[in-house]
Amino acid sequence: MYSELVMEHFRNPRNVGVIEDADGVGEVGNPVCGDMMRITIKVKDNVIEDIKFQTLGCVAAVATSSMVTEMAKGKTLEEALAISNEAVAQALGGLPPAKMHCSNLAADGLRAAIEDYRARQAAKKQ
Amino acid sequence: MGDMSNHSQRVIYLDHAATTPTDPAVVEAMLPWLTEEFGNPAALYSLGLTAARAVQQARQTVASTIGADPEEIYFTSGGTEANNWAILGTAEAHQSKGRHLVTSAIEHHAVLEPMQFLAKHGYEVTLVPVDSAGLVDPDEVRKALRRDTILVSIMHANNEIGTIQPIAEIGRITRQAGVLFHVDAVQSLGKIPVNVEELGVDMLSASAHKFYGPKGVGFLYLRKRTRVTPLLHGGAQERGRRAGTLNVPGIVGMAKALELARERMQEDAVREATLRDRLWEGLRGSIEAIYLNGDPIRRLPNNLNVRLDGIEGESMILMLDMEGICVSSGSACTSGSLDPSHVLLALGIPPENAHGSLRVTLGRSTTEDDIDFFLQVFPPIVARLREISPVWCANCAAKQRN
Repeated sequence: MYSELVMEHFRNPRNVGVIEDADGVGEVGNPVCGDMMRITIKVKDNVIEDIKFQTLGCVAAVATSSMVTEMAKGKTLEEALAISNEAVAQALGGLPPAKMHCSNLAADGLRAAIEDYRARQAAKKQ
Repeated sequence: MGDMSNHSQRVIYLDHAATTPTDPAVVEAMLPWLTEEFGNPAALYSLGLTAARAVQQARQTVASTIGADPEEIYFTSGGTEANNWAILGTAEAHQSKGRHLVTSAIEHHAVLEPMQFLAKHGYEVTLVPVDSAGLVDPDEVRKALRRDTILVSIMHANNEIGTIQPIAEIGRITRQAGVLFHVDAVQSLGKIPVNVEELGVDMLSASAHKFYGPKGVGFLYLRKRTRVTPLLHGGAQERGRRAGTLNVPGIVGMAKALELARERMQEDAVREATLRDRLWEGLRGSIEAIYLNGDPIRRLPNNLNVRLDGIEGESMILMLDMEGICVSSGSACTSGSLDPSHVLLALGIPPENAHGSLRVTLGRSTTEDDIDFFLQVFPPIVARLREISPVWCANCAAKQRN
């Protein structure tokens, strides 16, 4: 059902946890649907210096969360925002069709964290 | 996850509600009917007659096990066909009397889907609710009956939570009201006593692979003079009511499996319930925020169904699979679906908790070592999944506040 790479990320998820003094926090999903994700980022000079995630959900939700943190780490905010749900799924060697909605979670979570970061920066300037 | 054990090559099968391994004695009983004795039981020559006699003997065994007459047993391809036939066949045959059917909210999809099919074709279906333990209140069935009710269908034991329904009480109500009563006994037959007279049922479905028989064979019990339109049309097999060449090896195997189940039912039930209780005691002692789904007493002896805060089912299942343990999150038939179990939702369990449920169903091969191994590997899996769960931390915070 799942590719070997998906299972590998599920078994050994990268960047699990919470950055306590995060610059941005993104929360997406809903436990009612069985999938929920929180991403915290640390940003320095417009680059995602550190990123961590927590995910409640199926194997695909965990694996895509793990993968998106790997893809975003060290990227500029613009590069990170360009990461699409499809790109995450593709990087994992594909997902079962019924699970494609889970992959939305990861890129959406990242985007929400970046938006939160930008909102905080804008608030600081005022 | 890391290497938590060196047992990964061992398979611990704890999903007996999904299917069971065919008993070697059953396989042996089937073999001649796949090889030398391959005749069609409808044929007139002796090779056919031998097969027909074997089917007749199997029919006798099945009938005597459930307190029926042999001519009330109709062999089918399994539980799904038996359920579909009972429901669709009754609807078709009794539509002049009425177009109203009653069933429960926690039936198997092989009952709910044909009911929904009928609802799209001019019939009305009333879903009787269950309480938080998954029990149907017979009085709710009584209240649901109408002048135009033609069928009540309630499962004997639930496939997810193992709850055993008060079938005999419901049977008294339907009989008094003159309404046909169908019981899906797919999960109960072979595990607890099933007698059509004591239960007061008119139709009863069963499937061989749930009691260590082969897959692809089952039966429908149809009480004498019960009018049901055939589902499968064709040859005159099964007294013209179910067309199709009889699955002789499967039927012989099912009868053998039922014989074995009858002999060892009490022994199996006591042994499996003891191990099941040991598992539950161990889990609740080592894991916080773990709850039992279903009724603690009125449930199948081999069934445990639990829910855990802050975790999703599929992740638990695949982590257990890495340890060689086979369990399920609910019904195997719906594991491809992303929706939480309709059974757990009907008990009033919120969707976010229903997602975090696990069904463990023990069987004849289950040992104390298996249970201890489960108890050894499962708590770290829970801890790991909760560590990566955003919801679990929210729970921790809520607990600290309280």
